[in-house]
Amino acid sequence: MNTAIKIENLSKAYQIGQFGTGTISHDINRWWALWRGKEDPYLKLGETNDRSTKGTSDIVWSLKDINLEVEQGTAVGIIGKNGAGKSTLLKILSQVTTPTTGSLKVRGRIASLLEVGTGFHPELTGRENIFLNGAILGMRKSEIKSKFDEIVDFSGVERYIDTPVKRYSSGMYVRLAFAVAAHLESEILIVDEVLAVGDAEFQKKCMGKMGDVSKEQGRTILFVSHNMQMVSALCPQSIMLKNGEIIAKGLTSDIINTYLNPDTSDVTLTLNDFRPSGGKQIRIESIKIDNPLNSLDYYQPVTLQIEVRSLMKRKMENLNFSFGLNDLRDRPVCNSCTSDSFSIEPDGLVKIRLTIDKNKHLMPGKYKVALNLIEGYQFGGIYESKDMIYGFPVIEIRPTESIDGYADSYRWNQGWGSILFNNHIEVTPL
Amino acid sequence: MISNTTLMTQKKIEDWDLVLLPQKKLFDLQLIKVWRYRDLLMLLVRRDFVSFYKQTILGPLWFFIQPLVTTITFTVIFGRLAGISTDGLPQPLFYMAGITTWNYFSDSLTKTSTVFRDNAGIFGKVYFPRLIMPLSIVVSNLIKFGIQLLLLIIMMAYFKLNGSSFSPTIYILLFPILILLMAGQGLGLGLIITAMTNKYRDLAFLVLFGVQLLMYATPVIYPLSTVSEKYRWIVSLNPMTTIVETSRLGLLGQGYFSWLNFTYTVVITMAILFAGSVIFNRVEKSFIDKV
Repeated sequence: MNTAIKIENLSKAYQIGQFGTGTISHDINRWWALWRGKEDPYLKLGETNDRSTKGTSDIVWSLKDINLEVEQGTAVGIIGKNGAGKSTLLKILSQVTTPTTGSLKVRGRIASLLEVGTGFHPELTGRENIFLNGAILGMRKSEIKSKFDEIVDFSGVERYIDTPVKRYSSGMYVRLAFAVAAHLESEILIVDEVLAVGDAEFQKKCMGKMGDVSKEQGRTILFVSHNMQMVSALCPQSIMLKNGEIIAKGLTSDIINTYLNPDTSDVTLTLNDFRPSGGKQIRIESIKIDNPLNSLDYYQPVTLQIEVRSLMKRKMENLNFSFGLNDLRDRPVCNSCTSDSFSIEPDGLVKIRLTIDKNKHLMPGKYKVALNLIEGYQFGGIYESKDMIYGFPVIEIRPTESIDGYADSYRWNQGWGSILFNNHIEVTPL
Repeated sequence: MISNTTLMTQKKIEDWDLVLLPQKKLFDLQLIKVWRYRDLLMLLVRRDFVSFYKQTILGPLWFFIQPLVTTITFTVIFGRLAGISTDGLPQPLFYMAGITTWNYFSDSLTKTSTVFRDNAGIFGKVYFPRLIMPLSIVVSNLIKFGIQLLLLIIMMAYFKLNGSSFSPTIYILLFPILILLMAGQGLGLGLIITAMTNKYRDLAFLVLFGVQLLMYATPVIYPLSTVSEKYRWIVSLNPMTTIVETSRLGLLGQGYFSWLNFTYTVVITMAILFAGSVIFNRVEKSFIDKV
């Protein structure tokens, strides 16, 4: 197998903040340094790009020491949180911007779809825009001409092809734009979340097209998306970026799990894991799940130890927890509120044990704990919540040997959802 | 970290189609790539042209209206009220010839000078040789210039039939070169300005009225012959002066021409164009981080 893309020690620095009057003196210094063949004095190595913490300099490394080789004909997914450097990487690959250090080598023509419909002119008709957009993406006019019918057919907007695109619905616009891009004849295709628009049917069509492109035509695809289903459907391999660095490479299913699961080996969660919403007067100090592995056996009660510290100067009464479980894709599975309320003295610390009755409905698997602290809630009374704090530690419910005959059903059901469907379905000949 | 020299040797061995390194060579203008994208150039010109008159009633007629109205204004203000000499030429023709050539230069310059800002959206998403954009502007304006030149020729015919005394001279043969020179100056200056406005927006304001002022330093509304001998060389330093004067001499038979000035203009234009391409090329790669 040939290597299609080879990235070595690639880094990219950005200047953040304002470009102002100070820049001209910086520029002169920088020119002078570069002229003498020295390094840029304003680039300090070692600053990580973490959007939530304050850095010391105006330079931020959105990519740091990226090394990656992509084989010809493979589809690679790139996942990571906002600001992890995914788009920067794609921008460098598409030659929209240059790396600050390191190198990038490519075999074959690159077509990048960082956005659909780049260069579409609203006044021009669909037909005219197909040619213009195709040419912007690097196609020759003759090439577009020979594929014109195919493009129109794929887009499904034939009826409007001689109407200015400003009269198109946004869906039609995207369809047409993607259709042009999908018919590019390039060895490497770079796609950045452009499929988020368009209806389900069209998304499916695009995914199909991209699948063909990589599997049948042997073209290389780099695909960025927050939609894990799309990534796993299209890309057998993935990389995960965090703060500008590749932190995981490998099979997509493994990478997605790493991405979706915060580190579960830590038993005690710190304050950083909780986001206060509303006020900051009351804080959850820690949560412990009564099991060193953060995992519970199926059909066992869940016990959480929680320490709550109040920063209020008054006594807080009528405090309740709402406890819920979400699946790893953050879909709520269940939620309930404590039946007994508690109170905290000013500046006080309260340790609470929260026990949830043994469950027999949850499928074994991993769940995120969603915990809310609510003030002023009275069971059966008026709902008024304040100072909610919630966090998402993960617990795992492990399968166990048969208990009351349920084991068989969950085994049979494994991987098919969060709720155990226990009914026996009988087939009786009529 | 691997040094650049080893990378270059690796390239030879491994034969990559594209190698991206942080620092780019200063004089690598990538003209081959520009040629490969020539279809895009033509489509962009078409886009400019078609979108210009879409949803207008007068359509392409607008190309005529602007120079006509300007000519009338100039004739009234500078010709009638101020009484500035036109070297014995019919005033409308004199102004029209000046305006047509000047407009080509100034339109190319002003449009090119905002090319990064106007196209930041596209440039941020797709790669193609950036030089295509300014080139398409110059070509679009060339077509507009051609149309306006046609209007000038119609006007010339009209005045000739009505007995005005003027006649084209042999210098008309220089006209194609003059067009190239104008295009080169507009493009070159525009490239320099756009590369710099990218970071220092101040220049954009400067260009707006700078071009207007420059028109008064060019013999558009007055012939060079009205400038006293002592100061003529100063006006001649402006490379547009030779172009406007020579084109008038070629088309209408009145104007100042010297081979010295002409050579000077050619050299200056080449220098501007070269400097513009190099600076533009330098900024092109990193501009998107600084918009």
